[in-house]
Amino acid sequence: MANTEVKSDPFRKYDLTLAERLYIPAIMKGMGVTLSHFFRKPVTVQYPEQKPEISHRWRGRHVLKRDEFGRERCVGCQMCELACPADAITIQAGEVPPERRHLHTTERYAVTYEIDMLRCIYCGMCEEACPEAAIFLTPFYEFAEDSREKLIYSKEMLTEKVGGPIFYKD
Amino acid sequence: MSEIGAFLLEKTVVGSVMFGVTLGVVAYATLGERKLSGFFQDRHGPNRAGPWGLFQPIADGVKFFTKEEFIPDRANKALFVIAPTFTFMAAGFLIAVIPFGDRIVVNGREILLQIADVNIGILYILAISSLGVYGVITGGWASNNKYSLMGGLRSSSQMISYEIAMGLAVVALLIDHGTLSLRQIVLNQTGPIWQWSVFTHPLGFIIFYVSAFAEAARIPFDLPEAENELVGGYHTEYSAMKFGLFQFGEYTHMTLASGLIATLYFGGWSIPWLTAPAEPTVWWGLLTFAVFWIKTFFFMFVFIWVRWTLPRFRYDQLMGLGWKKLIPLAVLNILAMAAILIATGGAGME
Repeated sequence: MANTEVKSDPFRKYDLTLAERLYIPAIMKGMGVTLSHFFRKPVTVQYPEQKPEISHRWRGRHVLKRDEFGRERCVGCQMCELACPADAITIQAGEVPPERRHLHTTERYAVTYEIDMLRCIYCGMCEEACPEAAIFLTPFYEFAEDSREKLIYSKEMLTEKVGGPIFYKD
Repeated sequence: MSEIGAFLLEKTVVGSVMFGVTLGVVAYATLGERKLSGFFQDRHGPNRAGPWGLFQPIADGVKFFTKEEFIPDRANKALFVIAPTFTFMAAGFLIAVIPFGDRIVVNGREILLQIADVNIGILYILAISSLGVYGVITGGWASNNKYSLMGGLRSSSQMISYEIAMGLAVVALLIDHGTLSLRQIVLNQTGPIWQWSVFTHPLGFIIFYVSAFAEAARIPFDLPEAENELVGGYHTEYSAMKFGLFQFGEYTHMTLASGLIATLYFGGWSIPWLTAPAEPTVWWGLLTFAVFWIKTFFFMFVFIWVRWTLPRFRYDQLMGLGWKKLIPLAVLNILAMAAILIATGGAGME
């Protein structure tokens, strides 16, 4: 005869002890757990006054970088526009006029560069697609405005004021 | 001043103060509940309206009055409007017999810090608090909504079931005290702390307490408004101040249930080992008044504490607990109490 020993059935109802059937001790134990939480320090971050710590790798508002001579890195190649899965980026490229020569690295540049912050899904594909390391996503995340138009950011709003070398923090 | 004029003045003042204080406590019970719920969940609770959110009840009141009054198209309008007042009145009438404090003597006149010390106090409370279910079932019926009706029906069957257990638990207490007057019951509990009925009626206290949770429709017995089955229960269709009155009635019920537990089982306004002075001053009155509220606040705290500890019962479990466990236990409690009293020839046997 084969081994008839019944393995312990995980679904078998086990017999409650008297203390469990009386409920009261179990309730007291549970009340003790909740009371310990009552005296615990709240974990809330009081948002507008207190800001949470945001990782520097957070994908938030975009920035168009300048190089160490203050020239726009963007050459208007539209790679980011092509890569953008949400069609949030609109670029009109053009030839650099003579009076702007000192502001650009090549003769092609972005005449207008708009990102619709409501369409953007903050995936960072533009950042990956950019051959000139011109566009980056920053940890800025407070976008609230009172109209949709105000959330279409222009080139002036996106371009940084002072240039410099690019450091990859990670 | 004539005797009748003095009487009217006394009752008007005492009545207004007791009513006002109770409603103030009830208004702040809504804040207290949300604040304490926050603490139990490791958060702050409302803290934007004024310091520590102290103006929150006022903001809520303004909101209730300014929101849109919505009455469903095919609702029974008259009943729909009158239902919240039923719930609120039934809870509010209970204030009349709660002993908020001891008697005081002002200018040789004895004033009781209780609106009416009637000799059927407990009977009155059981009778009036059962009326509250009419508001709930009327509201559920008048809404012309199946979920509201289900909530109302559940509420009525729940209240009827647990009233029996509650009444039987009180009967055992009455056999012991030999009176229905709430003031007399408090007076019987003055003296050393073991005079409190909770020490002489531990089983009765547990039955009464559990029933009080069910009567006030609080978690774990909040079946009438089980939101994951019944949307909002009987007040699904209610909005603005009509909903506010339901809420207010519920919190009044909870406050007075806590006050009643303190009165019946924890000595009410009395302070252990302290006897009333021969010439009770206003200060003594204020002291007993404060003691009553401290005890009441503790039980309100437990109401909220239990809310964040226990899950809701299933409906058959609720009925099973009421009819198969609490009622037999309550009958047993009465028999045991009667047997003890006969054996010892105790109080209340005349």
